[in-house]
Amino acid sequence: MSITARFWVSLVLSLPMLAEMIFHPFGWMLPGGEWTMLALTTVIMAVSAGPFLQSAWSSFKKHHSNMDTLVAIGTATAYFYSIYAMITHQAVFFESAAFVTTFVLLGQVFEERMRNNASSAVEKLVNLQAKEAEVLRDGQLVKVPLDEVVVGDLIRVKPGEKIAVDGIITDGQSSVDESMVTGESMPVEKKSGDRVIGSTINSNGTFTFRAEKIGRDTMLSQIVELVKKAQTSHAPIQKLTDKVSDIFVPVVLIIAILTFLVWYVFLGASVANALIFAVSVVVIACPCALGLATPTALMVGTGRSAKMGILIKNGEVLEAVNDVTTVVFDKTGTITMGKPEVTDVVGNHQQVLTVAASLESASEHPLAAAILVKATSDQLTVPAASDFKAIEGKGVQATVDGKQAFVGNDKLLIDYEIDASLKQQVQQLQDEAKTVVFVGFDHQVIGVIAIQDAPKPTSKEAIAALKSRGLKTVMLTGDNQRVARAIADQVGIDDVIADVLPGDKADHVKALQADGKVAFVGDGINDAPALTVADVGIAMGSGTDIAIESGGIVLVKNDLRDVDRALALSKKTFNRIKLNLFWAFVYNVLGIPVAAGVFFAIGLTLSPELAGLAMAFSSLSVVTSSVLLNKAKISTNVSSTTA
Amino acid sequence: MIKLIVLIAGLAIIGFIGWWFFGKHEVAAQTAEVTDNVQEVDVDVNGGYSPEQVVLKQGVPAVLNFTRHDPSSCLDRVVFPDFGINRALPKGQLEAIKIDTSKAGEYQWACGMDMFHGKLIIK
Repeated sequence: MSITARFWVSLVLSLPMLAEMIFHPFGWMLPGGEWTMLALTTVIMAVSAGPFLQSAWSSFKKHHSNMDTLVAIGTATAYFYSIYAMITHQAVFFESAAFVTTFVLLGQVFEERMRNNASSAVEKLVNLQAKEAEVLRDGQLVKVPLDEVVVGDLIRVKPGEKIAVDGIITDGQSSVDESMVTGESMPVEKKSGDRVIGSTINSNGTFTFRAEKIGRDTMLSQIVELVKKAQTSHAPIQKLTDKVSDIFVPVVLIIAILTFLVWYVFLGASVANALIFAVSVVVIACPCALGLATPTALMVGTGRSAKMGILIKNGEVLEAVNDVTTVVFDKTGTITMGKPEVTDVVGNHQQVLTVAASLESASEHPLAAAILVKATSDQLTVPAASDFKAIEGKGVQATVDGKQAFVGNDKLLIDYEIDASLKQQVQQLQDEAKTVVFVGFDHQVIGVIAIQDAPKPTSKEAIAALKSRGLKTVMLTGDNQRVARAIADQVGIDDVIADVLPGDKADHVKALQADGKVAFVGDGINDAPALTVADVGIAMGSGTDIAIESGGIVLVKNDLRDVDRALALSKKTFNRIKLNLFWAFVYNVLGIPVAAGVFFAIGLTLSPELAGLAMAFSSLSVVTSSVLLNKAKISTNVSSTTA
Repeated sequence: MIKLIVLIAGLAIIGFIGWWFFGKHEVAAQTAEVTDNVQEVDVDVNGGYSPEQVVLKQGVPAVLNFTRHDPSSCLDRVVFPDFGINRALPKGQLEAIKIDTSKAGEYQWACGMDMFHGKLIIK
């Protein structure tokens, strides 16, 4: 039977006893009295608490004890004592056994729900792989399954196909979408002699390449391996609780027996009274509040953050956030839009853009897309071009409005002259790390269009907020130093690490970890290892599934300012967990001597019912404290959006 | 007289608890048998792992067959941090886990919460 089902059984059967407890002072009695309680509790013990007993017993046989041991002994003692008490006509406390079971199962239901979100990132990565490849064998092109490809095979890739393995192009050219591996949104031009990465997508041309790395050696496999290792290497924080519970359980049992002996043998109490003290000890020591302290605060904290579009994956992340000293950002798609945009038009704005748009209207190139978007937003009427002709390696030419027109890169300048002032403007734009496109009409250059992947408008504010928290900000990028520095200065980032190879991001994060805990913010597949290696991985919601699964925190709204909000919320939640644990410990540690009758002389004792009530109350106070987290003020330095 | 017997019995139970939980106990160890160039060990998951220590031969492909009989959610995953393995163990279902035996050494495995441990020795 599932934990959830066991929880519902024990909750429903506990409710009549809860009613009895609440309404008893007002003269209401549970029909059937103790016999009904016995029946209800017997079902709970058999169905809901049974597995605890079973697990406690098999642990016991192996000299181990755990939470289940305490729960089993606590509930079983309460249950069997109550039967004894029924026979001897003393007060029973069946409800303690029932409530303890219900509370513990509630905690486990929460826990199970959180753990079920365990990521399947690795499987998703593996699914990116091509299934087959068109390989040249005995002079014939044949389709073979991926695992039959060997190093040295010549493989042909047609437009739209996935590249099977890593290799070097021997013939042909094309542009390749490598965004799934590198996170780079711009397709990369590849020609003979260039390297291609397995699992990336060929866009427009056909080419042949020689397989260089296959199977476990491919870049994708390496990333898969990294993510796997990083995922399982998390040292779970439960180690401490485990240490405590390993000693806690036997120690509590010993204290309970000592309590009985002292009262019965040395102080001359009756068997029943001595047993009551011993049972009180076991009941109040039940680590219910301890068990609830973390999951309830997590539930509320993560629920509240989810409403704000911030998904926090687990408690370890919350804990790690507390000590973060450095925030590292990926550039493309994280700090910048990840979409190239037209930033400048030199020359007659309307004419330059119109001619360029008309030439690029049929193109799939991302720079063309940027130009078309600009033309549309400027509401230009773009005339249709005809007689398209590619100028090899330089651009494209066609007839627009009956005249020859062209767009292309700076290699066109071999054929066309431009004046000195335009030349200077072009150089300045390039210094600002912008890609420049030349536009020509009627056999002469009429202007240039500059295209850039601009920073998001919110990036600057987001970084400023983090800096005011005293955090160091760092940007990691594969771009060259000049482009990177230009962007970093625009948004106010402290340090830049440029020219980083996709596979090296995780290593850079590791290096930064030498100085303190690091949070990494990114969105591409190549960010996945860095996201897992970092103490706190923060994935942008617009990013790839893999990045989202590898991150400990996901920002659904894709708003960089949420990084600050996520940090603030995590800290608040974690502090609440600590507060809860403190109170739960206090209850247990102070409760045990009181239950054992140490303060009997001054009239302070706990009957098993009171111990049960105190236990329930400690759980309740912990849950209340968690629920209040919903109302707690979150201090951030960024302008608030609707929560 | 009864009190004396109860006292002795109580102290005996305390002594037993101390010895049972804190004393040194031999852990069940098992060396894998090699058949058809594959070594297999069945690991029963019930209140811990039995055997808790598995000895494998280096260089021979190895499979550990985990079967969970314990209802506790504590044991519903098994993690080999050194091999990047984190596998769910559905109750009562055999989960075969392949181990790379190319490097000799001692490796730990644990449940998902790191509460129960087992040791893998490759030599």
